[in-house]
Amino acid sequence: MTATLHELHEAPPRAMTSRLEGELLEVSLGPQHPSTHGVFRMNVALDGEIVRKLKPVFGYLHRNHEQIAESTSYLGSMPYTDRLDYFCSMTNNWAYALSVEKLAGIEVPERAEYLRVILAELTRLQNHVSLLGFLLSDMGAWGTPLMYAFREREKILGLLESLSGSRMMCDYMRFGGCRVDAGDDWISHAKKVVADFPRFLGEFEKLILENEIVINRTQEVGKLSAELAINAGLTGPILRASGVNYDLRKIDGYGFYPRFKFRVPLGDHGDCYDRLMMRALEMRESLNILKQAFDQLPGGPIMNPKVKIRAFKPPAGEAYGRIEGPKGELGFYLISDGAATPYRYRVRPPSFINLTVLEDMCLGHTVADVMVILGSIDIVMGEVDR
Amino acid sequence: MLGGGILKGMAVTARNFVGSYFIQERMTTIQYPEERAPLPENYRNFPFLVFDGDDAHAGLRCVACQICEKECPPQCIYIVKSKDKKPDFVGKPQLYPATFDIDISVCMSCQICVEVCPFDAIKMDKVFELSRRERFDALLMQKAELAKSNEYYHQIHPTEATDVDAGLAAAAAAAAAKKKAVASPAPPTPPSNPNPA
Repeated sequence: MTATLHELHEAPPRAMTSRLEGELLEVSLGPQHPSTHGVFRMNVALDGEIVRKLKPVFGYLHRNHEQIAESTSYLGSMPYTDRLDYFCSMTNNWAYALSVEKLAGIEVPERAEYLRVILAELTRLQNHVSLLGFLLSDMGAWGTPLMYAFREREKILGLLESLSGSRMMCDYMRFGGCRVDAGDDWISHAKKVVADFPRFLGEFEKLILENEIVINRTQEVGKLSAELAINAGLTGPILRASGVNYDLRKIDGYGFYPRFKFRVPLGDHGDCYDRLMMRALEMRESLNILKQAFDQLPGGPIMNPKVKIRAFKPPAGEAYGRIEGPKGELGFYLISDGAATPYRYRVRPPSFINLTVLEDMCLGHTVADVMVILGSIDIVMGEVDR
Repeated sequence: MLGGGILKGMAVTARNFVGSYFIQERMTTIQYPEERAPLPENYRNFPFLVFDGDDAHAGLRCVACQICEKECPPQCIYIVKSKDKKPDFVGKPQLYPATFDIDISVCMSCQICVEVCPFDAIKMDKVFELSRRERFDALLMQKAELAKSNEYYHQIHPTEATDVDAGLAAAAAAAAAKKKAVASPAPPTPPSNPNPA
């Protein structure tokens, strides 16, 4: 500070290649960083531009979801589940409805189960397509791919809106069925959206999957071994990208999934490119399921008439219901003591548990790669913080 | 060829750019305040109270049973029961809400109040431009603002409103028949919700 300009000029020039060994720079990334998908902070220790340590900090969006659910009725928690992972409210509804149905032993009519499958696969489509858009946005392709993705997502959100009344906060499923029946015009509109989707998907794949910049930014970045993925309890596309064949739709066979023919895409390298590819391939399989579901959709009631809306009290006991959400295994664990409110209500959020391996994937990569890796995990802070 | 992928991607971008001027399905934006996208019939945003006829007080279906107040997940409804009674749609004297407030800053439009209401008195509206200039009192919707006519309900949810009317008419007819059958005037049963979903 006290050196004059003259003295500085006289000082010997710093060697350009030398590094300050042992001196790590601590940087706080977030919580208001555009690429962190919400309010998520990472404390990183940098050596030059290389990440040496990474500590995720979350809780900025904590809303006390579980405690609130323990003091409201079982039905009252249903609209709150929409707000967990606000991209996929339909699958959140389904997972919660499934666990309450297990707890109370409620049968679901056939048509309602088919509608649930259709809506869950539509949700998977719109989640994956917006994820690809955001991932490209994280890599610096600002705007254009994200807008294309959102254009297609909007068509699916329009379908959800015309059925459930809301684009994102659907609040559609009820214990023992669904709230509103899908009319013939909705079915034909949905069939048209599904039939048009592959054209967009082909276009989008042409836009990104062969792009040299995308390949350079994602291949061999953020590698995750199958062993670590299994030990960390990861689920969903991120686990399958590491080559582990684990899909609850095949394993649990909930909601008539065994009736549909579809394949589970698996990755080989476990890097960001595989995870990106996994989403693109899963969308193709979702379209397959949707086509079969529309063909098989039976008529009939959509609600189990025995279920009461008011004063719903399941018998004492416990149940864990889980589904394969777009982000991984989404489960609800409920303990009932026979009262109108659950004794214990616990969410197993896929994106929170998938986030635990962030440091292992990021070490040794640059700061710019951290954003790509974080984007490829596919997190939503509403679900991570709850 | 190095750069081939980028060129392919740019061809896609060019097609989208040109298409956004000429192809209908690629033109996605509308000029919002001047143009509006049509809302689907099932669209729901904020609850309102239905009244029959012309008088918002005499025709109000709500009997202040406070079920919605109890079931509302974020607890945004506040009801005070009246001291006196007024006849409902079958002529039975019923209480009415002296105060019925909904806090629009708390309501999350989940429709649970509509599902639990046994009198078809509260339904979902389609208004969404609800911003206010003040932060406190203006965000509390009072009974006078919330009460909307059955014709309005028919306008925004035609099929659902027709079903509800049919259910209410059936309940009124059943009540009248029961009244006639029993010599002494028996209290009519409250109508069951014909459209619980």
